[in-house]
Amino acid sequence: MSARELAQQLKGRFGDLISEAAEFRGEFTVRLSDPDCIAEICHYAKKDLGFDYLVDVTSIDNYGSDPRWTVVYHLYGYGHHCHLRLKTDVGEEASELPTVSGVWRTADWHEREVYDMMGIRFRGHPDLRRILMWEGYPYFPLRKDFPLAGKPSNVPAVAFTNAAPLEGGPFVTLPGGRDSTAREPRVRGPKEEK
Amino acid sequence: MQTRTEISFNSKIEGDLVHTRLDAAVNWCRKNSLWPMPMGLACCAIELMAAGASRFDISRFGAEVMRFSPRQSDVMIVAGTVTYKMATAVRRIYEQMTEPKWVIAMGACASTGGMYRSYAVLQGVDNIVPVDVYVSGCPPRPEALLDALIKLQGKVSREPALALQKRVA
Repeated sequence: MSARELAQQLKGRFGDLISEAAEFRGEFTVRLSDPDCIAEICHYAKKDLGFDYLVDVTSIDNYGSDPRWTVVYHLYGYGHHCHLRLKTDVGEEASELPTVSGVWRTADWHEREVYDMMGIRFRGHPDLRRILMWEGYPYFPLRKDFPLAGKPSNVPAVAFTNAAPLEGGPFVTLPGGRDSTAREPRVRGPKEEK
Repeated sequence: MQTRTEISFNSKIEGDLVHTRLDAAVNWCRKNSLWPMPMGLACCAIELMAAGASRFDISRFGAEVMRFSPRQSDVMIVAGTVTYKMATAVRRIYEQMTEPKWVIAMGACASTGGMYRSYAVLQGVDNIVPVDVYVSGCPPRPEALLDALIKLQGKVSREPALALQKRVA
């Protein structure tokens, strides 16, 4: 049972909801057109396709394009040792999709982290609250419109934050630069040439 | 205010009598028995443990007794990244320590926030507690932490202990 066959089986069962499996370096990704069906798809993937391990739930902020969020599920099966990646697009007005914590219990904390960092809510989640930042923190830090240095905030008796001094911007290296001088960490904008 | 700290005597002349100032005696006792409260938060805690182990023996300087209870410790060694979420707990532990107390900020993260200039990391533990010695390094070698302890011992020995007896924390 290869990952390609499992992806094709998933598409065979759900038809137009699932896209054709895209392959990249041996990894297979399928896109789901309707995020509200995610729990049903994952239930089938676990019970019938043998994907009994949810490796990760993560999210992408497509700042500037609509739909804004892409939620990514990484599935794995101990029996057949195959990986599968499931992607769903969620619009910013909704910012909500059903939870898969009924299928894999580990999704509980992964979805709490997605909620904490991006602000995407999960319908039916048993305990959707912040996990890394604290209750009452007013922002969603991993959104692209949130600065790396952070913004000042204060929840009295719990925690406070201040903007960190960045001295002109994050210092990044240039991986694969011509020589070590080119690779040195310095403030680089998008206009820097490779 | 300089404190005279010499406690030298010639046993042939003075016998078993030590003649010194009370400040010097009290400071000598304090500096040679600084019990750390290891606030080990991240990777620097590993180097703190290494400093406490046999090769770099922090016990030579009287500080082997790592008391995790703030009531029983003298110096809080903040070893690791202090996040904003953890900052409340660090402050609470510091306030529970009894006088006299000192703080060593170990490593880059505790001193200035280190490489983490971000929304979640407190930029230096000196924003919430008064730090006596800063140790640079990521992580600092155990010998660097021992050097910091020696410098703190020097600072303790120069304190006017009696004059500060009634200070408010």
